[in-house]
Amino acid sequence: MTNTRRRHLAAWLCAASLFCAPAFAQQRSITVASTTSTMDSGLFEHLLPLFKARTGVDVRVLSQGTGQALDTGRRGDADVVFVHAREAEEKFVAEGFGLRRRPVMYNDFVLIGPKADPAGVAGGKDIAAALNALVGKQAPFVSRGDRSGTHQAELALWRAAGVDLTAARGAWYREIGQGMGAALNTAGAMGAYVLADRGTWLSFRNKGDLAILVEGDRRMFNQYGVMLVNPARHAHVRQADGQAFIDWLTSPDGQAAIAAYKVGGQQLFFPNATDPGA
Amino acid sequence: MLWQCARAGGRRAHTAHGSGEQVDSLALALGLIVSLDPGFLAVVGLSLRVTATAVLIAALIGLPLGALLALKRFPGRSMVIVVVNAMMGLPPVVVGLLVFLALSRAGPLGALGLLFTPTAMIAAQTVLALPIVIAITRQIVEDLWGEYREHLLSLGLKGVRAVPTLLWDGRFSLTTGLLAAFGRASAEVGAVLIVGGNIAGSTRTMTTTIALETSKGDLPLALGLGLVLIGLTLLINAAAYGASRVGARHAV
Repeated sequence: MTNTRRRHLAAWLCAASLFCAPAFAQQRSITVASTTSTMDSGLFEHLLPLFKARTGVDVRVLSQGTGQALDTGRRGDADVVFVHAREAEEKFVAEGFGLRRRPVMYNDFVLIGPKADPAGVAGGKDIAAALNALVGKQAPFVSRGDRSGTHQAELALWRAAGVDLTAARGAWYREIGQGMGAALNTAGAMGAYVLADRGTWLSFRNKGDLAILVEGDRRMFNQYGVMLVNPARHAHVRQADGQAFIDWLTSPDGQAAIAAYKVGGQQLFFPNATDPGA
Repeated sequence: MLWQCARAGGRRAHTAHGSGEQVDSLALALGLIVSLDPGFLAVVGLSLRVTATAVLIAALIGLPLGALLALKRFPGRSMVIVVVNAMMGLPPVVVGLLVFLALSRAGPLGALGLLFTPTAMIAAQTVLALPIVIAITRQIVEDLWGEYREHLLSLGLKGVRAVPTLLWDGRFSLTTGLLAAFGRASAEVGAVLIVGGNIAGSTRTMTTTIALETSKGDLPLALGLGLVLIGLTLLINAAAYGASRVGARHAV
């Protein structure tokens, strides 16, 4: 190889690295591990610009299932965890992975199914009766199966309905191990029933032949909580900015912002940070 | 903001055309390109930057390594070649998991704080691209060496000293190898989703956006983005092909 050629090659490599090199800008930011429901429903797109305008802190959101989000917090890969499975959250705090849990808001779960409703559960308000009807008819049911908050709520509802899943499960019970949107897509494609949080359902764009069949049962209540990852365990946790985010979410200002978020004129999340039992 | 416009536009188009999902997608794809929406451009820019950087690193490591593997004889060489060739089929999701475990705060490189950053995605894509670069370089250089062995030896070039000449002579074939590596890296979704976290405005690439929009049930927008990605891949390959044609003409 001649020298000019070699220089030519070197010049190309330099040019290529100039294109690639620009540093990825770092600014003041925190990482929040949260659930697919808060993300897919569009709530964060509504809240985060408000928080950033107030504090200048950029919030990087990981949209995961509740179980995975708590694991992310356990590993120290996030500063704040914002999820919806109270028992799992309290365990997370009790084990020392998170500081105090604060209630933030609630929404509710709804039972979605095909409009044809082969199990005949439409219009009911009793989720336990509806789930028993599904088992009786062996109607196809899509389960998240991903340890998410919705999955855990689904399992609790089966227990409340007195259905022993290990005995009752068959080809009709389909665990897909994916997020809420994917579960709705799957249920739509298979004409199956599925438990969904109302927020994701309202903003879901591929409803097709699906509709809400059962809603309004108190047992389908879905409480969200927020926690700072324990800085004593993970020294790199951005404590001040993370706490500022939690404080804002639970402040009158943040609570009003949550209440103001609507899709198609419907309020998706109901703030209740001041409810001590939530 | 225009993201929202694109979505609203898609919704309107959707009701107007009934089930004309493909029509919507094409319109959305064109709309996204024509509007030069900043959110969309950021996603495309990040995808290209991450993949280009990964392929560049893979090339800097893989080209010399592949050439050496072609020219050097050492015990266990056949086994190394088989392993490298097999690693071309490395499942991306496994690569993602390994990089995740390495970069997590609880992992060996956790102190660097690189998880859920573009750097983590570059690392994962580099691991995916590297075996392709090494394997293809090894094959091309070995063939060239077989052909020009006498000639190069007469010029006093052997072993490491023959590497630059052989790489230069094989540059057009090697470009195809680099394009294959680029394709594997840019088309990938599993690994970047695990190590990048699909964070809006930070680690959201074209493929993870497509996965996200699919999960939101916005199939027209997902398909539209898919069309844009395919178009981009076509453009890059056309450019590389054109450049190598021009180069080949001048090289003679």
